[in-house]
Amino acid sequence: SRIRPLSLAGHVGFDSLPDQLVNKSTCQGFCFNILCIGETGIGKSTLMDTLFNTNFENFESSHFEPQVKLRAQTYDLHESNVRLRLTVVNTVGFGDQMNKQESYQPVVDYIDRQFESYLQEELKIKRSLHNYHDSRVHACLYFISPSGHSLKSLDLVTMKKLDSKVNIIPVIAKADTISKSELHKFKIKIMSELVSNGVQIYQFPLDDETVAKVNTTMNGHLPFAVVGSTEEVSIGNKMVKARQYPWGVVQVENENHCDFVKLREMLICVNMEDLREQTHTRHYELYRRCKLEEMGFKDTDPECKPVSLQQTYVAKRQEFLVELQKREDEMRQMFVQRVKEKEAELKEAERELQTRFEQLKRLHADEKAALEEKKRLLEEDQSSFSKRRAAAQLLQAQSLTANGKKDKDRKK
Amino acid sequence: MLHLWIEAAGELETDPLTLMEEREKKERGIMGQDQEEGGKTEGQPANMNSQDSMTENEENCVELCTEVEEKGKEKGMEEGELKKEIELEAEVKLELCQSIPGLQMSLIRGTDLFGYVGIEAILDQMKRKTMKAGFEFNIMVVGQSGLGKSTLVNTLFKSKVSRRSNYEEKISKTVKLHSVSHVIEEKGVKMKLTVIDTPGFGDQINNENCWEPIVKYINEQYEKYLREELCVNRKRRIPDSRVHCCIYFLPATGHRLRPIDVEFMKRLGKIVSIVPVIAKADTLTIEERQEFKERIRHDLVANGIHVYPQKEYDEDPEDHILNNRIRENIPFAVVGTDKEHQVNGNKVLGRKTKWGIIEVENVEHCEFACLRDLLIRSHLQDLKDVTHNIHYETYRVRRLTESNMDFGELGLPTWPLENGTRDKCESESHL
Repeated sequence: SRIRPLSLAGHVGFDSLPDQLVNKSTCQGFCFNILCIGETGIGKSTLMDTLFNTNFENFESSHFEPQVKLRAQTYDLHESNVRLRLTVVNTVGFGDQMNKQESYQPVVDYIDRQFESYLQEELKIKRSLHNYHDSRVHACLYFISPSGHSLKSLDLVTMKKLDSKVNIIPVIAKADTISKSELHKFKIKIMSELVSNGVQIYQFPLDDETVAKVNTTMNGHLPFAVVGSTEEVSIGNKMVKARQYPWGVVQVENENHCDFVKLREMLICVNMEDLREQTHTRHYELYRRCKLEEMGFKDTDPECKPVSLQQTYVAKRQEFLVELQKREDEMRQMFVQRVKEKEAELKEAERELQTRFEQLKRLHADEKAALEEKKRLLEEDQSSFSKRRAAAQLLQAQSLTANGKKDKDRKK
Repeated sequence: MLHLWIEAAGELETDPLTLMEEREKKERGIMGQDQEEGGKTEGQPANMNSQDSMTENEENCVELCTEVEEKGKEKGMEEGELKKEIELEAEVKLELCQSIPGLQMSLIRGTDLFGYVGIEAILDQMKRKTMKAGFEFNIMVVGQSGLGKSTLVNTLFKSKVSRRSNYEEKISKTVKLHSVSHVIEEKGVKMKLTVIDTPGFGDQINNENCWEPIVKYINEQYEKYLREELCVNRKRRIPDSRVHCCIYFLPATGHRLRPIDVEFMKRLGKIVSIVPVIAKADTLTIEERQEFKERIRHDLVANGIHVYPQKEYDEDPEDHILNNRIRENIPFAVVGTDKEHQVNGNKVLGRKTKWGIIEVENVEHCEFACLRDLLIRSHLQDLKDVTHNIHYETYRVRRLTESNMDFGELGLPTWPLENGTRDKCESESHL
């Protein structure tokens, strides 16, 4: 529908609207989250320190991590009246394992987790989105080893898995080990490999005329060859951030030496807001869409008529409740079954015990009877023996008295 | 800062080395500013609700407490020496996240930077993006016929945004809502302004329930937005037709609020930001006006009516003070016109009468300028924010609970944890 433009007869005052909006955002503060992926020791932490002109807490990681982990650290930075809540997420142990097949998974999981968190907040009934601490990854710096040849397969695989989830900005780390001519060839090789493998890296936006020119130029310098350093060396009468070698001094902020300044310009000064916007309107929306479709929500039913979310929700809920009920019934049945079985088992065992008991009882009775018999016999024996003994004693006594009489008689 | 940017972008084409020079200029500017302020080096733990917002998200994670004390010492500004030496004392306690394996979190507050980074450039970036996208503003005017609604809106926006009703038209039998949109532009800022008129309001003999069509319209706009927001395939920018501000016209009786005023504002104050104004205020003397306003304010409080700016939504003490001053002055007594007259050699907007010219933009004559400043120059974004963050959310909560749509019930798949703790986690998310 065409809406008529109208001309104003004087100054109304709504030109202050962008300022009103920006002031509000300034009061609330901004969130920015950077993910650094790169091998151990490639210079991720140093680069972050150099970029933000500060000293983040850094832990030197070992090379013996069994799995890739992610370490997230959040900082509140203040510059003039702007408050930035910066979260730096570093990979730990990336590229150290023998088998790197699953190396990308923890990174993908982390990114998805942040989207999930936001989605859950967004779908809550009572939600507070404008107070929400946005932890979604806005920019992913992928550190490429300065081999001078080409990308590693780990690099390609990882970037391919991430390119639809996050804004990837590839950088060549430790660029002071590559000569200018090698660097030029290296960059061309990297970009062509990315293109031929269909990896979509972040392109600096060209829609705003104010920055289109500088962004176009910078897009042609990708990937940025960076050198990081927080140490200072005196050059002329100034102290500059640099790395000192016996053969010379590599100045971090000298554009002839490396692309650090370009990275800082693009990442922070020119496109920070665009990175945040792309994350929210493209990557997050894609995640949300996939998630909802996974759960069975659609905007149109098979006949292509628009379906309200409520209808779908109610239908899904019914389905879910029915499913729940079914599972409950199943479980109840299974429970009853198991109880019966157990009961049967126990009864069987009882019976068995009973039989054995009876058996043993009988055995016992038999033995007892046998023993009683023996006892009786023994007693019989005993009694007959005592009778015979008594008889024998009697006889003996009789014979004795008979002998005594005889003696007596003889003596007389 | 904008002009610096254009300079930098222009110079980049010709001489890339000047990028650093620009930065140094900026750095000097920032550092100079900081010198004047005596070096703002105190960490600000109170402002950011970092603790609360963190615990909301990761209940099992414990953030650390840091005391960062910075002492800013400034060395003399030698030529080319632009650094400030800062001593950082940070006490850091790190606790590992329990529920998510392999994720460690730590939080440090108030870190100050050793030098200029360029973070503040985000303000310009944001400004450019919003200017490119344009703004939308929807304003509704409610009041009986003849109170000067259309004239006032036309005066506010200095153009014929609202069609004045034809005097020969019959008064409509019911309240009809009539919305007209225009695109207006000022200094590069484009705004799509929609004015929603409510002819017939309060004009009937029996005005019972005359607010119903209005309530229906407002809720319909919320519903439209909600539907778009709940789509699986969402638009990049959801068209916003929600009513951001409702100007309610009180006739200048000089007495107090009438029953229709009370009923209307009571009901609508709950779903939209109401700004009451005294219409055709040139029939009241200054004293009569003050007394009238006091009585109205009293009536508002007595009936529990909340008008904009609502006390409960003041975000910080500064806002509170500013808004209190506004609250002490509402309702604004306004006069509207689109005719210009000569006063003291200047062309001013005014109403000419036999006894003098009422200058609309003169704060001694009427409070039109205050209303304009409130609505447009200072609180326009706030009106939109209050509508989006509060009124719309209230509607959404009501709708979702009505339809029993609790996504948590469907067991929105929570993150799978190791060792089969998934079930435990799901049950926790229902709580």
